[in-house]
Amino acid sequence: MDSIAALKELLYKIADDQLIIGHRNSEWTGLGPVLEEDIAFSSMAQDKIGQSEHIYNLLHQLGEADADTVAFTRNAPQFHCSQLVELPIGGYDFSLIRHFLFDFAEYLRFEALKTSAYQPLAQVAKKFFGEIKYHTMHANTWVHQLGHGNGESNGKMQESLNYAWNYALGMFEPGPAEDVLITENIFIGETALREQWLEVITPLLEKSNLVIPSQSEWAPIYGGRKGEHTEHLQPLLSEMTEVYTIDPTADW
Amino acid sequence: MANENNKTIESLDPRISRAQLTGGNHADMEGMTHFQTFEVFHQSKRGTHHKHVGIVHAPNADMALLYAKEQYARREVTANIWVVPSSCISATEYEDDDIFSTTPEKLYRNPASYKVMDRIQEWKEREKSISREV
Repeated sequence: MDSIAALKELLYKIADDQLIIGHRNSEWTGLGPVLEEDIAFSSMAQDKIGQSEHIYNLLHQLGEADADTVAFTRNAPQFHCSQLVELPIGGYDFSLIRHFLFDFAEYLRFEALKTSAYQPLAQVAKKFFGEIKYHTMHANTWVHQLGHGNGESNGKMQESLNYAWNYALGMFEPGPAEDVLITENIFIGETALREQWLEVITPLLEKSNLVIPSQSEWAPIYGGRKGEHTEHLQPLLSEMTEVYTIDPTADW
Repeated sequence: MANENNKTIESLDPRISRAQLTGGNHADMEGMTHFQTFEVFHQSKRGTHHKHVGIVHAPNADMALLYAKEQYARREVTANIWVVPSSCISATEYEDDDIFSTTPEKLYRNPASYKVMDRIQEWKEREKSISREV
């Protein structure tokens, strides 16, 4: 695989993760637990979709279709998002745990990409780094809050963490050209990213009185990066693209 | 009535139908406490004053800062934010606002009200007359 193909593969999975989790989290708009949180969570969901647009624009510069076409005309098997982000929002406990697990991975991914040899990507990473940093602060504050809340809140968070864990490990599914990305200094690779992620989130979860499942139970759920998805992605896409499907020229 | 309230809400918004919400029987909210409020102060640039911009509801200061950022700094250039529990604010009583009632009359406390031009003119005139005499 040449470096352009490897780069495209990397960009697609980053952007698809952001678009899908952005859409998923936007499902809380108007339904959030308190007004302030509703606004904050909706705003972050919007941030994610904005970030994905910038990455799709990088793909467009590399010869792919424009952002709207890429976002709204593909079917589930053409998406490269991890299965973690396509799961239904569940209760707020699950949405927060996913937000925590995903955003710390994204934070570290963008931290690494700030020094990517592919300059346009490094610039986008620098631009959105502060935004993503806030997302991790929001996630960690909530996880800490509910981890220390009471038996019920801690129990729900722990249950969601157990459920999300192997999906979260699936975020780090190695791509077909990890070696190319690493030798060309485009990206540090999924294995290194997963190591960094574990180093960062382990003490944070401990401080929140939550326990990472024991290593013997780790079984990363891969497939998303290759277009293998849960039954939840296609309904999400159908809903997300409803307006576009009715009128591709619609604008507002 | 109780049955009516427990009916699942059907909506054109698929998210609402999916959430299987009922009209609500708010008895389970009774006895629950509200979050406290925090006063939010926004600073647009380092070195300038923080200005009071509003409040947020939050269970503690960390959460209040998270919300203040989204509520009051989402569309503003921001250098820094403070949050202070509203309970920490001491205020005068509106019923005692007569303590401020004579303030508008005390113009002598306002530097603009010191009229010195007449004395400056007087001095200038005297200077002229002295120079003529010499």
